[in-house]
Amino acid sequence: MAHTDQSDTTRRDFLYIATGSFAAATAFSIWPLIDQMNPDASVLALSSTEVDLTPVEVGQSMTVKWRGSPIFIRRRTAEEIKEALAVPLEDLPDPEADSERAEKPEWLIMVGVCTHLGCIPKGQKLGDERGDYNGWFCPCHGSHYDTAGRIRKGPAPLNLVVPPIEYLEETKIRIG
Amino acid sequence: MSGQSTYQPTSAVGKWFESRLPVMGLVHDTMLNFPTPKNLNYWWTFGGILATFLVLQIITGIVLAMQYTPHVDFAFESVEKIMRDVNYGWLLRYAHANGASMFFLAVYIHIFRGLYYGSYKQPRELLWIIGVIIYLVMMATAFMGYLLPWGQMSFWGATVITNFFSAFPIVGDPIVEWLRGGFVVGNPTLNRFFSLHYLTPFILVGLVGLHVWALHVPGNANPTGVEVKSVKDDTVPFHPYYTLKDSFAIVVFMILFLWFVFFAPNFLGEVDNYIKANPLVTPAHIVPEWYFLPFYAILRAVPDKLGGVLLMFASIGVLFILPWLDTSKVKSATFRPLYKQFFFIFVAVSIGLGYLGGKPAEGGYILAARILTAYYFAHFLIIMPILGLIEKPKKLPESIAKAVLDKNGDDPGGGGAPAEAVTAPETKG
Repeated sequence: MAHTDQSDTTRRDFLYIATGSFAAATAFSIWPLIDQMNPDASVLALSSTEVDLTPVEVGQSMTVKWRGSPIFIRRRTAEEIKEALAVPLEDLPDPEADSERAEKPEWLIMVGVCTHLGCIPKGQKLGDERGDYNGWFCPCHGSHYDTAGRIRKGPAPLNLVVPPIEYLEETKIRIG
Repeated sequence: MSGQSTYQPTSAVGKWFESRLPVMGLVHDTMLNFPTPKNLNYWWTFGGILATFLVLQIITGIVLAMQYTPHVDFAFESVEKIMRDVNYGWLLRYAHANGASMFFLAVYIHIFRGLYYGSYKQPRELLWIIGVIIYLVMMATAFMGYLLPWGQMSFWGATVITNFFSAFPIVGDPIVEWLRGGFVVGNPTLNRFFSLHYLTPFILVGLVGLHVWALHVPGNANPTGVEVKSVKDDTVPFHPYYTLKDSFAIVVFMILFLWFVFFAPNFLGEVDNYIKANPLVTPAHIVPEWYFLPFYAILRAVPDKLGGVLLMFASIGVLFILPWLDTSKVKSATFRPLYKQFFFIFVAVSIGLGYLGGKPAEGGYILAARILTAYYFAHFLIIMPILGLIEKPKKLPESIAKAVLDKNGDDPGGGGAPAEAVTAPETKG
């Protein structure tokens, strides 16, 4: 007993520290089990794609796939661009100017996934219902997007997402 | 009602075994000799029905897993192969799919039984809470199982539901990608859902064990809501009285189940799920399976994304605190004239929400869904606390035995309990 009296550190302290370390090590070892569920290397490797825009005429749309999601590419008419520019920003639930969304006003390129719960909005095909704002309309829960893909009405909180785009040539882009 | 085991093994082998592992005593005390109120009506048989369906789902699920391929290129085809090529594959798959529906039908009856007779009240709060957890795990199991056939509704249902988590700021999108194992629902999602769909039923088995354990401490509630006062007068042994009553109810319920399996196997399903999943085309009208419709209606009733998601989770979350929201000391609605009326309004509101969940989210349907959603929450948060304070309950019978004897007319002197009040729970059966 004599030697324990000389020190503030007791055997019990050692037990506490040892138990705490053991618990911490166990907690760290859980991380790989959780992280394995995140997107793996092969999924991340598919994260860029190149698209040739030549076949799309004015007023037409094209849908391509990027990271498993549809990308809406629309070559807008002058009227649609005018409509998008005319909207005052204070009217928008998610204010964003048209110029921020379309680098070249004629080409509007967006991820075609409704920002509410992930359905694919209608409006790419000719006969599709295009909603109250002449853009896109999500049939799942009734979100209306305008000609710049901005949310105007319905439960979706945000505009259709504009992916990172780089113009490689006049009519060739890389997404991602 | 737990205590020393009354089990007395008679054979030498039985004695040898029991002194080393008293499992026969456990079975004897919990499933055979367990003292059970003598007045339980048929609404009390749904616990046994649910246990039966849990076992049935596990059995059909294990054999279906022998034939199914959890890969996006083969899942849909392997289900069709089960339907066309595998011996009795059609029967196993229809039994599993309709078994899930029957499981939910039974659990809803079981929950409403608890609501009507105040089964969640002291001393059974924990029993009730474990039940709500069971219900949540059931929902997760059904949701993950629905992705496996890899049809259009499978795919888009999983897309929409995993997207719920994107409503949360900052952590939302990383959580969604973590759940899916990709940017969209894909092969990693299908694989993990298959793995977890195989796991969760066994978690359910464990939870059901806790549920039964928590039941066997205070014992069963009963239609009068009066607790057992004398084991001798008020109870009968579980076997043979309730083993037989439960068995009969299970057989009757099976008739309904097998009618669906053999005569209307796709009635409760969605035709769109016989179209293979296409990540580029959303079906015009996405609806979940019928048992999720009321919650879907609540989700869509709110014009705000995060608000809708939170309210939907809250609609089940409120059940956890129900034992403390109900201020009435009287358990059974039979003796609560006001609560009884509000109970049936609540049943109608829940069914109404289910109806609206299956309709498109537009115009009058949204308005109606908003009104019913508001009422759903008002029922728990406003009506239940106030009712207990203002309601004058009817006179309770002195004991279960007294109530039973009065009803049978064996005691013309009467216990002072109104005859109508005592008979009502029985006619519910």
